[in-house]
Amino acid sequence: MRFYDLIFLAFSTLVRYPLRTLMLLIATSIGVMAVILLTAVGEGARDYITGEFRDMGTNLLIVIPGKNETSGGGSPADLAGVAPRDLTVEDAISLRQIEAIKNIAPIVIGETPAQFNGLERSVPIIGTTPSFLAVRKWEMATGNFLPGVTLDRSPPVCVIGKEVESELFGKNKAIGQWLRVGDRRCRVTGIIGTEGRAVGIDAQKVVVMPVSLATALFNRPSLFRIGIEARNTWEMEQIKKDIIRIIKKRHQGKEDITVIRQDSVMKSFDNIFNVLTMALGSIASISLFVAGILIMNVMLVAVSQRQAEIGLLKAIGAKNNQINHLFITEAIILSGSGALLGLVLGHTVTQILKVAFPTFNFLPPLWASFVSLLVALISGVVFGLLPARRAAKLDPVIALSGNK
Amino acid sequence: MINLENLCRHFEVGNQVVRALDEVDLVINKKEYVSIMGVSGSGKSTLLNILGLLDTPTSGDYVLSGINTSKMNDDEMAHIRSTKIGFVFQSFHLIPRLTAAENVEMPMVLSGLNPKERQEKVDNALARVSLTDRSDHRPEQLSGGQRQRVAIARSIVMEPDVLLADEPTGNLDSSSSKEIIKLIEELNQGGLTLVVVTHDKDLGRRSNRLIELLDGKIINDNQN
Repeated sequence: MRFYDLIFLAFSTLVRYPLRTLMLLIATSIGVMAVILLTAVGEGARDYITGEFRDMGTNLLIVIPGKNETSGGGSPADLAGVAPRDLTVEDAISLRQIEAIKNIAPIVIGETPAQFNGLERSVPIIGTTPSFLAVRKWEMATGNFLPGVTLDRSPPVCVIGKEVESELFGKNKAIGQWLRVGDRRCRVTGIIGTEGRAVGIDAQKVVVMPVSLATALFNRPSLFRIGIEARNTWEMEQIKKDIIRIIKKRHQGKEDITVIRQDSVMKSFDNIFNVLTMALGSIASISLFVAGILIMNVMLVAVSQRQAEIGLLKAIGAKNNQINHLFITEAIILSGSGALLGLVLGHTVTQILKVAFPTFNFLPPLWASFVSLLVALISGVVFGLLPARRAAKLDPVIALSGNK
Repeated sequence: MINLENLCRHFEVGNQVVRALDEVDLVINKKEYVSIMGVSGSGKSTLLNILGLLDTPTSGDYVLSGINTSKMNDDEMAHIRSTKIGFVFQSFHLIPRLTAAENVEMPMVLSGLNPKERQEKVDNALARVSLTDRSDHRPEQLSGGQRQRVAIARSIVMEPDVLLADEPTGNLDSSSSKEIIKLIEELNQGGLTLVVVTHDKDLGRRSNRLIELLDGKIINDNQN
């Protein structure tokens, strides 16, 4: 039998039973669509997270107070049960001696009411230095970011997010005004242009002030963390060691900080989300196999419904293999076109979701399309085998006298 | 042409053995026109199925055109059915989703003939049964007589040696029946060996040779 004839015959059957064909197409396409959509979500999440990290720059190290490690019982501090020391602005200043460091941005966070002209609003506060702008890759809409501020100088200035500006200042010009923050006053020197979040705080809602002003405001010397930008990536391991060495010396020989490399965190997230995407894809693939089993069931019914036809084909000279191929071809056409339909649906729905949720990037990975198509075709063959074998093995006499 | 020697076909039903064909010896020559008659269960359908290689004998030999078919496998038998045997059934057995022409084409599709040759042979076969103008119709758009003519066109399109007809007029009214009988008798006069299984005594008497079966044995074999 010629290939074209095989396709034509299989196709004519599928057209002959439109409802049955449509149902099976829908079943398969839902499976494929599920794979596309779920992997798009997984991949989108990966892109979102790694994108957030990438925005901060890759030459970044983060110093966090405390260390989750059991150290030797010999130190007197351990015996006394002393809690880890706070990370302080002085610690940050001490890191200046490391040549390879480009920027040091100590970070204090808190929340306090901000007030202007009788309007009051509770705002998140970030206390830091101008290095923060470089370390976090933030941009200013207008004005300057904490002019004149260094690690040891804290003039009373601040910059505010766009939402703070519109809520507290309304139509008034904010730059140059004195904003009351808690029990302090500071002059607004700029408006933050960046949209997005940093250390869990929305850039539009924040008030950023000099680090020492913030520690005084919250009456708490401890830093939330220190962001450090290295000059070169290859120096990062050395910087990490130097930081630990210097801070350890300042903290009476106790290693009570953790230094994290931004790029290694990013890599871990990247791996985690890749695994997540694959897991989602595999879960969705189960629905493809369910569709395959559905195809098998319907084909088994079809074999018994079409006994007379199978008997006839045998009577006019069809070999067992030809009957077999005919049914498998039907299953493959069904699962293949179902998969193509699913691909179209999946990518269409992804585009719709992109429009509906513009903040989240739905990224259906290319491999998901290929894999789901492949899995659909394989399940077509695998689940077509049993019905096809059954059809091929029918006794022609019984088949011919079966249903007409 | 057809030579059956000591042919048996036994079925086991429960723990009883049913002798559908019991030591049958039969020779049918080329161009013969043979009717097989008998009551239900006499074994005439089984005989036709064995002649058509749809069924295999329990014991004995069946030689068709000089080829002993007893030890053939499924594929070899399929090949013989394709090239040497034409079938006509009581219930036509047309494939409902295909047109008349496509139904006639089917045996050639299975044998892998190229489409150009197929077209020519389909045209000839449909012309032979006077259905050229119905070639694009589906079975459901055709009358019973027309359907059987399509089935006959299909049975002769591969130019077989023998035409096996199982109650070919069983589902037809009398005028259609006459038409169909006339057609297959013409084919026989053209040189095709014809074996007809029938209940119809009138049809049986028209043949050159009438074989009567009872309980799996030939009880009468008369030349008319």
